Amino acid sequence: MLKINNLHASVEDKGILKGINLEVKPGEVHAIMGPNGSGKSTLASVIAGKEEYEVTEGNILLEGEDIEELGAEERAHKGVFLSFQYPVEIPGVSVTNFMKTAINETRKAKGLEDMPAKDMLKMIREKSELLEIDRKFLSRSLNEGFSGGEKKRNEIFQMAMLEPKLAILDETDSGLDIDALRIVSNGVNKLKSKDNAVIVITHYQRLLDYIVPDFVHVLLDGKIVKSGGAELAHELEAKGYDWIKEEVSAEH
Amino acid sequence: MLTVLAVVVNHFHFKNKKTNMSKYTEDDLREELKTKEYEYGFFTDIESETFPIGLNEDIVLAISKKKEEPEWMTQWRLDAFKVWKEMTEPDWANVNYEKPDFQAIAYYSAPVAIDPNKTLDDVDPDLLAMYKKLGISVDEQKKMNNVAMDIVVDSVSVATTFKKTLSEKGIIFMSISEAIKEHPELVKKYMGTIVPTTDNYYAALNSAVFSDGSFCYIPKGVKCPMELSTYFRINQGGTGQFERTLLIADEGSYVSYLEGCTAPSRDENQLHAAVVELIAMDDAEIKYSTVQNWYPGNAEGKGGVYNFVTKRGLCEKNAKISWTQVETGSAVTWKYPSCILKGDNAVGEFYSIAVTNNYQQADTGTKMIHLGKNTKSTIISKGISAGKSQNSYRGLVQIGSRATNARNFSQCDSLLMGNECGAHTFPYIEAKNKTAKVEHEATTSKIGEDQIFYCNQRGIDTEKAIALIVNGFSKDVLNKLPMEFAVEAQKLLEISLEGSVG
Repeated sequence: MLKINNLHASVEDKGILKGINLEVKPGEVHAIMGPNGSGKSTLASVIAGKEEYEVTEGNILLEGEDIEELGAEERAHKGVFLSFQYPVEIPGVSVTNFMKTAINETRKAKGLEDMPAKDMLKMIREKSELLEIDRKFLSRSLNEGFSGGEKKRNEIFQMAMLEPKLAILDETDSGLDIDALRIVSNGVNKLKSKDNAVIVITHYQRLLDYIVPDFVHVLLDGKIVKSGGAELAHELEAKGYDWIKEEVSAEH
Repeated sequence: MLTVLAVVVNHFHFKNKKTNMSKYTEDDLREELKTKEYEYGFFTDIESETFPIGLNEDIVLAISKKKEEPEWMTQWRLDAFKVWKEMTEPDWANVNYEKPDFQAIAYYSAPVAIDPNKTLDDVDPDLLAMYKKLGISVDEQKKMNNVAMDIVVDSVSVATTFKKTLSEKGIIFMSISEAIKEHPELVKKYMGTIVPTTDNYYAALNSAVFSDGSFCYIPKGVKCPMELSTYFRINQGGTGQFERTLLIADEGSYVSYLEGCTAPSRDENQLHAAVVELIAMDDAEIKYSTVQNWYPGNAEGKGGVYNFVTKRGLCEKNAKISWTQVETGSAVTWKYPSCILKGDNAVGEFYSIAVTNNYQQADTGTKMIHLGKNTKSTIISKGISAGKSQNSYRGLVQIGSRATNARNFSQCDSLLMGNECGAHTFPYIEAKNKTAKVEHEATTSKIGEDQIFYCNQRGIDTEKAIALIVNGFSKDVLNKLPMEFAVEAQKLLEISLEGSVG
């Protein structure tokens, strides 16, 4: 589904990603871990197509297609979803209205008619139940005055509504208390299927107790320096990142 | 050299179809917005009778004669003209433009095909085609249930629909020219009482040369069963547009009035100087909504309408006047719809969205004059600036010494797009009564790249994202508009801001 080859990216001429290789197949869950400043969020933004990041080398293939030239909205239409670490506020635009717009824009890009209001309402009902969201919440302005937990839950609600092929969860666990973490993780697990894939970006192993990854990658200074199974996350939790740093420097 | 063009009236194009807002998605909006050029910028070639350019007493007399006005009206115009000659054009507003040459304007232009005795079926087919292009078919209008319109083209009223339905309730809704002939007692009694001829430069000019406009009277206790609407369109080149509206809501009555405007794209600047007077007697309520979409000039700031308008309403005891405006057009706007809250418990409201893009300049706001006890006013102003435009809110809240327990709440929000535009707020408060409670809130925000990226990531392209953010920003005001107008207004916001973000 996603194949990243020797990806180098920079922002304002500062190199941040320095040769990432990653392959994600349908049905898989990949976790990307690493200390602050290692390039985790940059990787998420580059995949999603944020303009201020410049790809200087390598490429990103989505279902075999190089997406370098595609704008962020076109990537979204192709099924890329990013759950933001810091979701933005849009005053006066309700969650429902925002979702309706997003879904219909995506449908339009695919040459489809707007989703009938009846189907939209049904979907909203189902997905909000899945994520234990009070529907009153959906008429509030997008992210305005939301608590940290509400913002993240709203991100996953949007993911549920948009049914992406590839979902990237950028530090979705930050700012969540344990109950919210459970609800959000359950939501993600229910949305998982053999046809879609999830990339979980996180500092901590905690989230991975709930969303169990097939692969764990450690990102350090813009490169994936170690990959393994779910057990690698536990090892990191127990030992921290320093031993990996030592291991990496020992190889050089 | 600036020349001022002519004008006429009529119209705006919002559709009068009953649109269900809840079903109206932003997609419908987008679909309707294929063109980036000023959508209403066509010129209809109708044979017109236009007076020679220039302004003097003879022209004023000629206008009056042409309209077969009674002597008192002629004299009123002449008096206004004398006053105007002694006045100078105001320059305190936060706008810069080349002052119009008032001797280079033609002050009257009427399509010659118009005859007041004609029925709609006899109207010039070209005119009807123009309405159609604007999205209004007069034939359709006749069939519509909820909106009665007065249509005026090139300074004279072409046709008023629904007269019969309205007259059964005793409601008078006709062009001001007709009203001068048919209801001189009402016109004579009220015209100029709210906006005197001496009020300001443009009001004086309008009083001398007004070409047409609408008149409306709602009798005691009558709730007007439909929304009344006037469309103004400046069509003819080389003329000026000076319409006059007088709306009287007698005791305990209610009326909702809509007004829309467009003009063809022209390289010259056109002048539009209107006067609107509202009178809400005891316990009456007037809701007055405007969507102003005069030609704003091109992307380089060439051409466009100068929109210098005086709008004011008087509220007697327990009366309420609510102004709602969506201002997206005009090169220069100078406009302050105001309320004089004379009676106790009177309520004044002003809800405004003003959008400026490219080189547009707007200086708009309101005056709330509290004279009676327990009077209340609310001001919600949303200014959106893009391109190299300047957008100013100017408002006065005045609490008189007798206005015990007067209340005002003002909120002025500005949204900036890009780095070359300006947003300004000039709130004035004068309170002469210690019990007054006046609140003012203001915010300024900018559409951020993060907001745009967030929308993009959800599959919403940048232009759509801006429309969404702007609509969200303007929601408090959009919600005050009658439904059909709200849909139109959203569409206009989107058109006005197209191409504003690179």
